[in-house]
Amino acid sequence: MPEAPADIRYVAKNMRLDLRLIAEMIPHGAKVLDIGCGDGALIEHLTREKQADARGIEIDMAEVTKAVSSGLAVIHGDADNDLAFYPDGGFDYVVLSRTLQAVERPREVLRQMLRIGRHAIVSFPNFGHWQLRWRLLVNGRMPDTETWNRPWYETPNIHPCTILDFTALCAMEGYGVERWLAVDERGLKAPWKRSLRLANLFGEQALFLLRRAG
Amino acid sequence: MSQAIAPLPEVEHQHAVFADGLPLDCGAVIVPLTVAYRTYGTLNAAKTNAVLVCHALTGDQYLAEPHPVTGKPGWWESIVGPGKPLDTDRYFLVCVNVLGGCMGSSGPRSEMTDAEGRGLGRPWGTDFPQVTIRDMVRAQKRLMDHMGIARWLAVIGGSMGGMQVLEWAATYPDAVLAAAPIACAAHHSAQNIAFHEVGRQAIHGDPDWKGGRYWEDGRIPARGLAVARMVAHITYLSEQALTRKFGRRLRGASALTFLEDVFEVESYLRHQGSTFVRRFDANSYLTITRAMDFFDLASEHEGDLSAAFRGTATRFFLASFSSDWLFPTSESRNVVRALNMAGASVSFVEIASDKGHDAFLLEEPEFHAALGGFLRGAAEKAGV
Repeated sequence: MPEAPADIRYVAKNMRLDLRLIAEMIPHGAKVLDIGCGDGALIEHLTREKQADARGIEIDMAEVTKAVSSGLAVIHGDADNDLAFYPDGGFDYVVLSRTLQAVERPREVLRQMLRIGRHAIVSFPNFGHWQLRWRLLVNGRMPDTETWNRPWYETPNIHPCTILDFTALCAMEGYGVERWLAVDERGLKAPWKRSLRLANLFGEQALFLLRRAG
Repeated sequence: MSQAIAPLPEVEHQHAVFADGLPLDCGAVIVPLTVAYRTYGTLNAAKTNAVLVCHALTGDQYLAEPHPVTGKPGWWESIVGPGKPLDTDRYFLVCVNVLGGCMGSSGPRSEMTDAEGRGLGRPWGTDFPQVTIRDMVRAQKRLMDHMGIARWLAVIGGSMGGMQVLEWAATYPDAVLAAAPIACAAHHSAQNIAFHEVGRQAIHGDPDWKGGRYWEDGRIPARGLAVARMVAHITYLSEQALTRKFGRRLRGASALTFLEDVFEVESYLRHQGSTFVRRFDANSYLTITRAMDFFDLASEHEGDLSAAFRGTATRFFLASFSSDWLFPTSESRNVVRALNMAGASVSFVEIASDKGHDAFLLEEPEFHAALGGFLRGAAEKAGV
């Protein structure tokens, strides 16, 4: 059994700040599946620093080859098609970082994550951020920001949602929200710890730690 | 090829003999069992750096040195050697001629024996019992025990070699720290069996085969075996590779005639066929292709492939090649999914290549980097 989450702040150089925040949520020795793991930075960190049994799925073959060449257990695959092949409860934590908005069936992907894992850690860009609301209101065009930077006709982000949309889905599915954070684009924590409504207005990225229903 | 071609030259191969023999899946026992092999690198004192490399259908144990019959370089010399992915400064590589092969291990070419192991003064020929991939693995296990190796750091192989890797991991999970089945499948498909059958029929149809007793008058069914090789060779390449290498180019002529050998691809295939018969035994070809056809790992576990790997601590690395239509990526992905279901640690890459099934033997830097990285990861884990 993994230990309870420690309060130690790991400083992993060269790792995206949002991945650092995710790593902090994962206890020592946990069994982790990272969906959309890229070149495996989080997996490598969890393996080395927390002696975790961490594995990954990545859709971009060049990233997969890079990760495997570093000796990491990463397979080529994607969230929509490959999660069904993992056994119930095979992992302690299943991570989906900045990918939920790009999958074909986000609701099904979340279900699969919490079937495979006891916990799910999900981060996504918040479509409720005030800048997006403002631009749509003023320009009447799809927003073009640092996070949402591709035109509507070629964006991979086909299922954008707001923080409130996401919590509504969690409530509908009966998932427990153990922790949540709103952070800015670089992954620094934003100070709206109490109010989801304020976080929904000012948080660029959201990070949720979910627990299986029941 | 109307002229008679002499039987394969007799070459002494490094080997171990097991007087008590090997019981086979078919119920027969081969007494004694001979296992021919080659090693590269040095076994460390703790015997923890041993890597078994399994060869494909027409490969052999001469992994990284000139072949004793053909004089050609070893079949995987591109990745075996000091500083290469299969680093002979770090690992002790073992490569075994498969059971049923024709390079020194017990097979149709070796002397037939009775139940007590007495030589009968003639080759086994088609009387050699039908072996399975699992029998091949059991023979390798005997050599492993003989060498005093308790666990392979890794078992690696492509094509039929990959089938042996899967069988190793399923049959002796505690003896395999890391497994790398490359460009293979957990069973032979109907299409693959069909291609093999064309090859076998070509051999059977050659009058020189003589019902398998061609050894009696010192001839070999060269015509049939060459056709078998030509058909098989097409399945090892991709359409893109054939187009790139030969296109519709004519050989020595500027326009189409009805003379022989007009297209370069024809002449290439004939060359492949005629050189093959000088190094491979026809009855061995029949025996080994059958063993591949019989291979179905899921059927050994009530049809559930993941059951073959349940609870395994072995780390897996699978690689497929995008233009391989003999063992396509979908087959490797099926194995990956079964391993995921079994909770195993898996790495999997599909390498973009236009070289077809043969790509696993050729210069593919991304594949070599991935295989080398996987092996280094396993070696670190094992403290090698």
